[in-house]
Amino acid sequence: MPTSVFQRGTTVSRSKLIPFLLILPTVAYLGILMGYPLVENVRLAFSNPAGALENFRSLVSTKEFWQTLTNTLLLTVFIVPLQLILALALALFINKKFRGYTFVLYLITIPLALSDITASLMSYSIFAPSGYFNKILINLGILERPMYFFGYFFKERAFWIVVLTEVWRATPLVFVILLAGLQSINKEYLEAADVFGFSKWKKFTKITLPLLKPTIMSALLIRTIFAFQIFGVVWLLAGRDITVLAGETYYWYVFMNNPNMASAYALIIALVTFVFSAIYIFALRSKHLEEGVGT
Amino acid sequence: MKRLFIILGVIAIALWFLTPIFFIIVASLTTTSDYYNPKVIIPSRFTFEHLYKLFFTLGGLKATLTSVQVAAISIGISFLIGLPAGYAFTRYIFPGKNAIRLILLLTRSIPLIVIAVPLVILYLKLNLADSMIGVALAHASMIIPFVVLITSSIFSSVSVEYEEAGMVFGLTRFQAFVRITLPLAIPGLAASAIFAFIMSWNEVFAASILTISNRTLPAHILSTAMASPDYFKFAAGTVMALPAMVFIFFIRKYLITMWGISLK
Repeated sequence: MPTSVFQRGTTVSRSKLIPFLLILPTVAYLGILMGYPLVENVRLAFSNPAGALENFRSLVSTKEFWQTLTNTLLLTVFIVPLQLILALALALFINKKFRGYTFVLYLITIPLALSDITASLMSYSIFAPSGYFNKILINLGILERPMYFFGYFFKERAFWIVVLTEVWRATPLVFVILLAGLQSINKEYLEAADVFGFSKWKKFTKITLPLLKPTIMSALLIRTIFAFQIFGVVWLLAGRDITVLAGETYYWYVFMNNPNMASAYALIIALVTFVFSAIYIFALRSKHLEEGVGT
Repeated sequence: MKRLFIILGVIAIALWFLTPIFFIIVASLTTTSDYYNPKVIIPSRFTFEHLYKLFFTLGGLKATLTSVQVAAISIGISFLIGLPAGYAFTRYIFPGKNAIRLILLLTRSIPLIVIAVPLVILYLKLNLADSMIGVALAHASMIIPFVVLITSSIFSSVSVEYEEAGMVFGLTRFQAFVRITLPLAIPGLAASAIFAFIMSWNEVFAASILTISNRTLPAHILSTAMASPDYFKFAAGTVMALPAMVFIFFIRKYLITMWGISLK
């Protein structure tokens, strides 16, 4: 005899302990390897012989800190909206479901498999002094000598290359979210609009866009969280010519051997992440959770 | 007119997404003299010299092997620990389920950047500093929440009635899971393992902070790229890109769903 009685795909087990035993390893593992380091990070950031807030005081007093914060914000401000617009265009295009669209879908998802390191090396192959951008323009006679994009004197150009690389690499991420949102829109609304003779533009602005708003919001929040963690692309393409929060964490730990300052920078990333994740989970997902739809 | 629009769109998308990949592969196979000659765009002949040097002189082979081992260990740990939890989320109702799910979602968003530095200090105490296991453990903590969420979605697609039927014929719940649900879930599980491989293969921050001599490939590239000549950078980029692209090709069917879950 089976020990449990099934009801609609779930069990009322005699031993109520089983699900907890199954979940225990996950909770314990994440507690030790994520919870503990997280608490430890806060402790490190606030520990300094001169006083709890000393790390942050010296952090705020450096010129680099404000520059770092500004750079991270500027990158976010330029990257996220660009990605959103491009991803929306791509999603609307793919959603037409023309013949062979699955192939195009595969093309768009390729960057999802590539790391930030790989993507930045790719864009370096194009924009390096001997890269293909210069090769092609010199061969076409448009440029006399190579144009430089990297190095301390060209950091403004490097900034735009970083933006371009991030847009190339992470737009598919936004695209995936938006496409899922588009596909969940009930076709009947659009059919009803056809009956009333709405133009294409009107259908887009009056039906698709408003219904897509929650999806757009969550894509924006997720991308903002990731944008604050930007590291590999900036570090490889611009080094510390463009300082960002994660880059400074790396720099203070690896080069300055100062885990406290590193943790102070990491804590700022953690706070931003938490605030945005909390907004995301509670404001946008709460409805799903109440319905128990979850994943 | 509409057809033309679609064709132009497809061409633009293909160019935008394939050009950088094409260029870095060509660049990694171009001879040094051709690369530094601004007049040469497509080289007259290809060479494997840079890839060879990257692998055998510059420590690329060791780093690649480290990366593969780290990924394998972290996938093993993640599935061993996360899979039972995924099963519990699908098949059981228990108090605190939503709260635990919420915590999992929150841990998904904690970047390794935040926990990397405290982890080194923990590892120094545990004698795990600069070890492959250490990096694998850190990667596993990034992969486990994903494994829990995705396996729970995979198992829920296997009807519970199959398990019930097995149990009617005298299997225990565990046997029913191993003999019935698991085989049916294998394709999905394999796809998520590949996805987990890519997560670990691409992770650079924690790998760079946690190791000095046993670096994974991206960490190795990050610490040596700035001082290397350009063509080694391209060789490194190509080596990073190819396995990821091949793997993603195999799981392209599952990709959208999986990104959907990993982002939730």
